[in-house]
Amino acid sequence: MSFVEYSDFIQDGDVAIVYLGHDSLMPVKVQQGAQTQTRYGAIRHSTDLIGKRYGSKVTCSKGGWVQVLHPTPELWTVSLPHRTQILYTTDIATITMMLELKPGSVVCESGTGSGSLSHAILRTIAPTGHLHTVEFHQQRAEKVAEEFKEHRVDHLVTVRNQDVCKDGFGVSGVADAVFLDIPSPWEAVGHAKAALKRQGGRLCSFSPCIEQVQKTCVALADQGFEDISPLEVLLRVHDVRNISLPLPDFGPDSYSQTEPDAKQQAPNHASVALKTTTPPREIPGHTGYLTFATKPRT
Amino acid sequence: MADNGDDDAQYRIKEGDYVVLKRGDIFKAMQIQPRKKVIFEKQWFFLDKAVGHLYSTKFEILSGGNLQPKKPKDPESPGDAKEAGTDNRHILDDGRSQKLTRDDIETLKEQGLKGQEIVQQLIENSSTFRDKTEFAQDKYIKKKKKKYENTVTVLKPSCRILAMMYHGREPGKICHLRYDSLAQMLTLANIHAGSKVLVFETCAGLVLGSVMERMGGYGSVIQMYPGGGPVRAGVESFGFPAHFHDTLHDFPICHVNALLAGTLDTAAKDPCADEKQSNTAEEQNPPEAGPRGSPEEQSMETNAGDDTAADQEKKEREKLKEAKAQGKRVKLEEKRKKLAAAASLLEGRNADGLIIASRFHPCPVLMVLLKFLSPSRPFVVYSQYKEPLIECYTKLKEQGGTVSLRLADTWLRHYQVLPNRTHPLLLMSGGGGYLLSGTTVATDRAKPAGSQRADEPAPKRLKVTDTEG
Repeated sequence: MSFVEYSDFIQDGDVAIVYLGHDSLMPVKVQQGAQTQTRYGAIRHSTDLIGKRYGSKVTCSKGGWVQVLHPTPELWTVSLPHRTQILYTTDIATITMMLELKPGSVVCESGTGSGSLSHAILRTIAPTGHLHTVEFHQQRAEKVAEEFKEHRVDHLVTVRNQDVCKDGFGVSGVADAVFLDIPSPWEAVGHAKAALKRQGGRLCSFSPCIEQVQKTCVALADQGFEDISPLEVLLRVHDVRNISLPLPDFGPDSYSQTEPDAKQQAPNHASVALKTTTPPREIPGHTGYLTFATKPRT
Repeated sequence: MADNGDDDAQYRIKEGDYVVLKRGDIFKAMQIQPRKKVIFEKQWFFLDKAVGHLYSTKFEILSGGNLQPKKPKDPESPGDAKEAGTDNRHILDDGRSQKLTRDDIETLKEQGLKGQEIVQQLIENSSTFRDKTEFAQDKYIKKKKKKYENTVTVLKPSCRILAMMYHGREPGKICHLRYDSLAQMLTLANIHAGSKVLVFETCAGLVLGSVMERMGGYGSVIQMYPGGGPVRAGVESFGFPAHFHDTLHDFPICHVNALLAGTLDTAAKDPCADEKQSNTAEEQNPPEAGPRGSPEEQSMETNAGDDTAADQEKKEREKLKEAKAQGKRVKLEEKRKKLAAAASLLEGRNADGLIIASRFHPCPVLMVLLKFLSPSRPFVVYSQYKEPLIECYTKLKEQGGTVSLRLADTWLRHYQVLPNRTHPLLLMSGGGGYLLSGTTVATDRAKPAGSQRADEPAPKRLKVTDTEG
């Protein structure tokens, strides 16, 4: 297992994602002799996980069963331990495409936070790219570096514990893309420019508030960035449902010419069943504005 | 900085390159061909004039189809008239505020005046410009610039640019797949270097190209295609290096049933490709049959031993034809080999991802292609309409073998962010299609069914029962 390479069988030291049911996932560090408690009972790693194929059904001690999935950045995003607010897959997908990330890209990111986006970036730029990520919170920086190691992607990433607004990304003239998710991105725009390749590159800044976007756009324009384009992407999930719409009873139809027995069949519980979708009662209405820009050649 | 010069080589526009032209928000994909006249946004020019310049250069289109790189720091705002009104209470729409007539403007254009200079003239001859508010002046200039400035930017193609281009220009060709939906697909399917991905698309090759870009030439992509051959116009536009194409395989969807049943014989002839082969064979046959088939000519050849010149010519022609036929045969052989290679990639039924985006009903396609995926692998189906995906969802729920099913779409909103003029753009896309995504898992039912391949699931099952006991 690695977050950047599929394998078929679960091995000691892997991180596996246990699928407990709809929207309920749990990451498990696979260790010989270890046990994991789930609501369906315990999973014994040595017998239930190690050597099994990813995607298999595993029967837990109470008789319930779960599926064990190969880790992907997307599964990690919905199961990782939060140390900060994180970016979700809808925004991540947009960022990845609009920053033109691909194998070999060199990317700068700040802050690292819980590493949700970082894993997706690493997946996309492997095997030849590199991620320089900056996190000013020491404990978070250490924790995320540890996770990268566990997930066998540490060869693709450098974590720096510094303040991006003051000290920049620790590299200059190497990046194809820069991503900012910090409270005052406008203070880091100069550093972002310096980190990007002389030949140019792409930038994205994520901010929840429009005032932040406003300031960032001014800073980007001042630094000579072009094609400044703020946008917002929202996910709409559709729940598939069987619904049944009852038909009202209009009472005896004395005008119609139909036979009497047809009338008798029609009344009480007449309804039309159909398959449709409904939106969830509440959906996330806003995550953040994504501001994209291009650094021209300097 | 010698290596910097080397670095630049890959950023320079070369003849034969696939590029994207940009003006405003309009894109157009092109290949750079020598002395080819290109028409873009009502302007014509010779694109090969851009050769040798760097990508992302903004060119001014000059008379005679010449391109002149715009200086990076061209004074962008003509006439920095710091004079402005505060409101429009005295501005009357009498239709006479512009002193220049249409003919005057045409004359200016004919004189070869640059777009910027024309805009300057328009501002100077507008009697109301000074009374307009600062914002209105800005808007006026922007509007005129858009009309009169004849610039074009030459860009290196990318998934982002091509997806935006197709969505803007020819949404019908890509089943109205909006770029943010495409972005979701690539991410939800966990497309990355080194995996083996199945793609079934009728989006002109845009989806396939995007998948290939994300794989960077590592791993393999198998394009399942309907009809006579795979459509790849969009893939061309990406301008991938040659080695990317080594990772691309294709397999006709009409052979899928045979492949699943184990009756596909790739060594011998197969019906679908055979049809095509015979078609192409027929095409090449008549000229070939001419000299070779007719006894008259053959006898002439043997008899006219003294007519050396004619003989030579004939021989040459014959050789050429022979070579051509040989070439065709080699091609057919290659094609068969490719089919066999694609078939063997599929036969393992261990693909790492599946992406479907087509004009066909997604349900049967999904049901059959899912069989080629390993357990614990993601799949994504795109459809312009929601209803067929509801059907897919229902079928998958009934059948089992998948988890994390989700039917969703994304909503995209662009913003104008300017000092004191920030708001969402007035126009937004009505819809970018729907996505059904999920992850495959091992099924209990598949075990007895897949008896030919029982080697893997069987021991696993035993272990499960072991732990239970």
